Amino acid sequence: MSANNPLKPSQRMKIPRQESIEQAPGARSVNFLEVSYGFDEDRAIQESQRCLECKQPYCTDGCPVGIDIRGFIDLVVQKDYVGAVKKIREANYLPAICGRVCPQESQCESLCVMGKKLDPVAIGKLERFVADYEMKNNLFTPPVTAGRREEKVAIVGSGPSGLTCAAELAQKGYQVTIFEALHAVGGVLRYGIPEFRLPKEILDLETNRIKALGVEIYTNFVIGRTATIDELFNEWGFKAIFLGTGAGTPTFMGIPGESLSGVYSANEFLTRVNLMGAYKFPQNDTPIRIGKAVGVIGGGNTAMDAVRTSKRLGAEKAYLVYRRSREEMPAREEEIHHAEQEGIEFLLLTAPLRILGDRNSWVCGMECQKMELGEPDESGRRRPVPVKGSEFTLELQTVIEAIGQKPNPIIQATTPGLDTSKRGTVVTNEKQGTSRAGIFAGGDLSRGGATVILAMKDGKEAAAAIHEYLNPAG
Amino acid sequence: MYAIIDKQVIAPTITRFEIKAPFIARKRKAGNFVMVRVEEGGERIPLTIADGNAKEGTITLIVQAIGGTTKLLCSKNAGEMLLDVVGPLGNPTPIANHGVVACVGGGVGTAELYPIAKALAEAGNRVITIIGARSKDLVILESEMAACSDETFVTTDDGSYARKGFVTDQLKDILDSPRGVKAVYAIGPLPMMKAVSNLTRSYGVETLVSLNTIMVDGTGMCGGCRVTVSGQMKFACVDGPEFDGHAVDFDELMMRNRTYVDMEKISDEKHVCRLTGATRGVTS
Repeated sequence: MSANNPLKPSQRMKIPRQESIEQAPGARSVNFLEVSYGFDEDRAIQESQRCLECKQPYCTDGCPVGIDIRGFIDLVVQKDYVGAVKKIREANYLPAICGRVCPQESQCESLCVMGKKLDPVAIGKLERFVADYEMKNNLFTPPVTAGRREEKVAIVGSGPSGLTCAAELAQKGYQVTIFEALHAVGGVLRYGIPEFRLPKEILDLETNRIKALGVEIYTNFVIGRTATIDELFNEWGFKAIFLGTGAGTPTFMGIPGESLSGVYSANEFLTRVNLMGAYKFPQNDTPIRIGKAVGVIGGGNTAMDAVRTSKRLGAEKAYLVYRRSREEMPAREEEIHHAEQEGIEFLLLTAPLRILGDRNSWVCGMECQKMELGEPDESGRRRPVPVKGSEFTLELQTVIEAIGQKPNPIIQATTPGLDTSKRGTVVTNEKQGTSRAGIFAGGDLSRGGATVILAMKDGKEAAAAIHEYLNPAG
Repeated sequence: MYAIIDKQVIAPTITRFEIKAPFIARKRKAGNFVMVRVEEGGERIPLTIADGNAKEGTITLIVQAIGGTTKLLCSKNAGEMLLDVVGPLGNPTPIANHGVVACVGGGVGTAELYPIAKALAEAGNRVITIIGARSKDLVILESEMAACSDETFVTTDDGSYARKGFVTDQLKDILDSPRGVKAVYAIGPLPMMKAVSNLTRSYGVETLVSLNTIMVDGTGMCGGCRVTVSGQMKFACVDGPEFDGHAVDFDELMMRNRTYVDMEKISDEKHVCRLTGATRGVTS
C-alpha cells in the first residue's frame, strides 16, 4: 500500500464504483453529442481510492499494451493528473481514445481483484478522465524523443495501428511518413466510430500530437495506386514499411434484395455520416437516406454504432437483428446497454432471409426467421439453428448490414511476394513481420476484424520490430 | 490542395480543367478515375481522368455541370484550389490489339473515352469512333478523337449536326459493314451503354462499358457502387469501373442510381443559389 491513499482496504471496498455522467437517453438519442461525459474530479478521486494497489497487478496483464494501471491510478490519488496521463502515454499514445472505446470490461477490468466480489475499479473512465483533464487545461507537452535517426519509415493507413506505430517510431527518432487514402486522418476512428462515442475534436487533438512528434502525413494517397510499396522502397527511399490498412471492405450476406435502394453496408452508412457529415445534410452535401423503420443486421460494435446512428437520424423504429442471443454479442457491454437505453429494439435469435422491395426497387421489408442455439461452432459460440415455420416479415425502409469487414485488397494485389491468407488478411509472424523483409503489418489487416486496442498493440510491437530490423545494435 | 492550372468551357455546361496533381499524373492510365472533393463539407465525386501530363504534373478532368457538386466545381477558375483529389483509382482499361475496334462515346462520356481511344490507336488498332450528343453544341472532343481515330462519326439526337439519331444507329451500320469490328468500348449514360450492349450482343462483338455508380470513397470501402455482373456482386471502384457490357444488370443499376435523386435536387439548389449568375446561365 502506498502512503498516498489514506484509506484501509475495508474502507476502499465500501466506496461504490462511480457512475460516469451521461446525457439522458431521451435527449441523446436525437443528437450526435457525446453520450458519456466521463468523471468529474470528485468522482475520479473517489474511484481512484477504490484501487487496492495489489502487489501483483493483474489489471495490467489484461491490458494489450501493458499500461502501468496501478501506477497511474496512484497518481490520480495524488491529484497528479498530468503525471497520470504521462504514465499512460509511456505505453499508449492515444489515452483519450482508449478511455472511450476500449472494451475494458473484458480486458483490464475483468482481472481487477476488486471485481471478484464487488464492481471492478473503473479503469477506463479514469484513463479518460486524466486524458480529458490534460486536454481541457491544455497541459500536454510532447514526450522527449530520442536523437534523430536518418532512416525513413512509411506507415500505410492512419488508423489506430498506424498512428501508434508512427508515434512509437517518431519517439525513437525515425523519420516517419503516414500515407492515408481518405482526405482525413484516423481510419476507422474517423469513418467508423460515431461522433457520439468519439468526438472528432478528440481525434484531431490526438492526431495533432502525433504530428507534433515530427510525423509527416500525406492524405489522399492510396498505396497500391498513387504509389506502390516497391516504389516507396526504391524511389522514395523508405527503409521499412508498416501496413495498417485495416479491414475496410464490407461483406454482404448474399441474400436476395441486397441491390435495392435503401440497403447499406454499415461501412457506407457510417462513412456517409461520420466522415462526410451526412447528418448535417444539406449543410454538408453528402446525403443519407433513413426510413421510418430501420433494420441493422449484426451484433458487434459496428452494428451498435449503425443502429444508434439510425435513431439519431430520425428513425422511429430502429431494430437490431442478430441471429444469436445477447450473451454472444461481440459488442462492448456499454454499447449494448446504451443502445437498450436509447430505445433500440433487439430482435435476437433472428436471421434475415431476404430483403423485399417495392415496385420502384426501394426496400419495403425484410423476411426473417427465428433461430435457436445448438452446439458450439468453431468460434466457441453456440451455433444458431433455424426454427421451422417461424418466418415473419418486418416492415422496413432501410436495411444496414453490419456483418463484418475484410481487408481491402489493393496493397496485396500490387505487392509481389506479400503472403495473404484465404480470408485476405496479410500473414504476420509474432513480431508483426510479413513474408517480405522490411514490411510489417498489424491491426485488422492481419487480424481480420478486432479492436482498436489490439490494433494499437500490433502497431506498438511492429515499431519495436522495425527498430530491431533497422538497428539491431539498438 | 490541388491547384486549377487551366480552365476552358468546351461546350455549354461542359468544362475542361487542368489540375496540378503530380503523383496522380505520373501513374494514371486510360480508364482510371479520381475522387474529388471541391471544398469543406462537399461530397466526394468520381471523375474519370481524361488526359494527363506526367512532366507538367497535371491531369485533365472534363466535367459536366449536372448536379450541385459538379456545378460548384465548374464555377471554379484557374488559380483556385480543389480541396481533395485522390487517385488514380480503378483498374486501367485493358488495352489490346484487336485489329478493328469501335469507340462509342455519349455526351460527356466522350471525354472518358478519349484516353482509351488514344491508347487503342497506339496499340495498333484501327479505331472507329462514334460521338453522340443531344445537340451540336454538346459535341465535344471531335477533333481530338478524330486525331487518334481512323474514322469518326457524329450523331445528334435532334439532328442539329451530322447524323440525326442515336449512336446505336451509326454503330449498327458499322457492324453491318465489312469493317470487321472485333471489340466495342462504350462510355456514356447508362441507357446508352445498355442499348449499345444489347446491339453488340446480337452481333457477338465483345463490349466494354465504364459504369458510373453511387460512390463514397472510391477505394473499395463503402460498397455503394455494387453492381451485378454475371449474377455476381462487384464493386465498380475496385473490380471496375469497366465491365463486360453483356453481363451487366443495367436495369438494377439505373434503379440504384436514383436513390438520392430528390436529395441531389436540394443540394443542387443550394449550390445554384450560392453561385454566381454564370452557373445559372449554363444550366438554363
